[in-house]
Amino acid sequence: MTVLLFIEQVLNGLQFGVMLFLMAAGLTLVFGVMGLINLAHGSLYMVGAFAAAAVAGATGSFVLALMAALAAAAAAGAIVELAVIRRLYDRDHLDQVLATFALILIFSEGTRYLFGSFPLFLDIPDYLSGPVTLPGGIQYPAYRLAIIVIGLAIAAGLFWLISRTRLGIRIRAGESDREMIAALGVDISKLYTVVFALGAALAGLAGALVGALQSVQVGMGEPVLILAFVVIVIGGIGSIKGALIGALMVGLTDTLGGILLPAMFRLFMENSAAQSTGSALASMLIYILMAMVLVWRPQGLFGARA
Amino acid sequence: MNFKTWITAAGIAAMATTATAGSHGTDVKVGMITTLSGGGAGLGIDVRDGFLLAAKMAGNDRLKIVVEDDQRKPDIAVQLADKMIQSEKVDVLTGIIWSNLAMAVVPSATAQDKIYLSPNAGPSALAGKGCHPNYFNVAWQNDNLHEAAGGYANTAGFGNTFILAPNYPAGQDALTGYKRTYEGELAGEIFTKLGQKDYASEIAQIRASGADSVFFFLPGGMGISFLKQYADSGLDLPVVGPAFSFDQGILQAVGDAAMGVKNTSQWNKDIDNAANAAFVEAFQAEYGRLPSLYASQGYDTANLLLSAMSKADITDGDAFRAALKEADFDSVRGDFAFAANNHPVQDIYVREVIKEGDVYTNKIIGVALEDHSNVYVNDCKM
Repeated sequence: MTVLLFIEQVLNGLQFGVMLFLMAAGLTLVFGVMGLINLAHGSLYMVGAFAAAAVAGATGSFVLALMAALAAAAAAGAIVELAVIRRLYDRDHLDQVLATFALILIFSEGTRYLFGSFPLFLDIPDYLSGPVTLPGGIQYPAYRLAIIVIGLAIAAGLFWLISRTRLGIRIRAGESDREMIAALGVDISKLYTVVFALGAALAGLAGALVGALQSVQVGMGEPVLILAFVVIVIGGIGSIKGALIGALMVGLTDTLGGILLPAMFRLFMENSAAQSTGSALASMLIYILMAMVLVWRPQGLFGARA
Repeated sequence: MNFKTWITAAGIAAMATTATAGSHGTDVKVGMITTLSGGGAGLGIDVRDGFLLAAKMAGNDRLKIVVEDDQRKPDIAVQLADKMIQSEKVDVLTGIIWSNLAMAVVPSATAQDKIYLSPNAGPSALAGKGCHPNYFNVAWQNDNLHEAAGGYANTAGFGNTFILAPNYPAGQDALTGYKRTYEGELAGEIFTKLGQKDYASEIAQIRASGADSVFFFLPGGMGISFLKQYADSGLDLPVVGPAFSFDQGILQAVGDAAMGVKNTSQWNKDIDNAANAAFVEAFQAEYGRLPSLYASQGYDTANLLLSAMSKADITDGDAFRAALKEADFDSVRGDFAFAANNHPVQDIYVREVIKEGDVYTNKIIGVALEDHSNVYVNDCKM
């Protein structure tokens, strides 16, 4: 393994991590502030990707497509919150899981009804396509670098929002004592709608950004959702900082484990056996990581409560 | 979607009853179990549409079809098969796309003396020791297109290929199939996670390996992701793969990234014969899109069944199986015959992805393997 290959894989891990952060940030806010398990978060990711693909197809502009993804996912999030989620806050987690699972099915079949069963096309814009040469001679796709930059910028923006603005104060207050801030005159139901729409918009943005790299198709959100849950469990529920650290840990562990483990097994095993054992173990790594974190800190790295 | 598919089936049945085909004999009831919802629904929809198109064009009022959605879940496929066999009394089952679903359904259906015609899945377990006189595969044995890719790699002069496929039975069969015919060296061999969408890590390893070519089997969305990321990485090694990642249904989502890629297939819309020309034209007129590989397989499956119905009565099992085995129908692929284990003997072509106007599609550039059968024939005792 060369140093260049290793650095390239670290960048890949970072890019995967910030993408997971966009998903996990919304999930952890909703879980932390409202105490709601939202399985349909992956569907909002899909809504963002489909909105972006449709707008990019009609206008040819990637920036417009990203804005459409944000808007469509936020709108879908707000509508879902008003129509369904609102009724679930006082119910137990099992009811929430059941209702939001139903939402996944509704979103999936609704999207298929509108867009058909075949994957849609969404491509990287010309100005970000192709590789750039980094110091040291590493060829790295410009678009992936852009995802890293956008993700980190959004993380910084969220920290500012949570710690420096009135909305952020209300979100943190709502997280620690929902009855008390309602008694202080904050319109808690409006706050919940705003938080839910914000989380949905981030998921939609992640869907659109990743849709250009991967494929835009029905059901694309569910595999990411599982990883996003792993991230918020590692990071601690309700913590944006935890979501960022957790996402980067999961991204780096998954990417680097995928190449380092087979290479390690190759030292004392035959090539194809090393490859299959190594990659089988690598796919378990993030769950092993999660288990270790939970043993060490049951409330997650930055979680306030267990 | 169940409602809609019932309507379609009922519509076909209605058309069939108004047709004046004058053949006599017992009705043949077909149960089609295929994937019409969830990821991968595009494949099942194409198989269904191809099958129903052939039934409609034949206008044979003795052919009754029911269609059900397996949601790509083995347990649901098994329930549907039990229901179709026990309460709907079907004579023939067909439609399954995925090998794991086929393994769950086919052995028990054939053991209950039902005919199973596979329009897609061809797992090796059903071609070798597990073969059955009631099981006919009208598409291919799973290894076939990968063997053809290996054959193409030899003629194209590839000497150091990097190969990758998902870590599940069909992915392992794919790499085995490629290595069976490919004569050069391997620069590397990777099993990826099933359903993986980000291939940055694998592409970096390909770049570092010094390969001169890449073979991959990544069906559906996995292939779309890989090709887009590969094109964006600045690597320009030649790529070859089976047709599944370059099919009509997904090419539009891959876009320019697929242009010029070579892939292996037993069918393409430009194969020059009357049956194929009629199929491509009728499919476009009926559904308003170009037919895919899967649609051609569904169409051939229905025509095989219709050819057997015109020769033998379904109540005479031996005669009906013999009529199926003759494969006396005009396949859209041209020459088509069954090997001893009821899997196709057929030419497999090399195609290249091109653009016709605004539509991405394939054209045939050569034959990879002629009259190709499969290696499991000798393991089959029946």
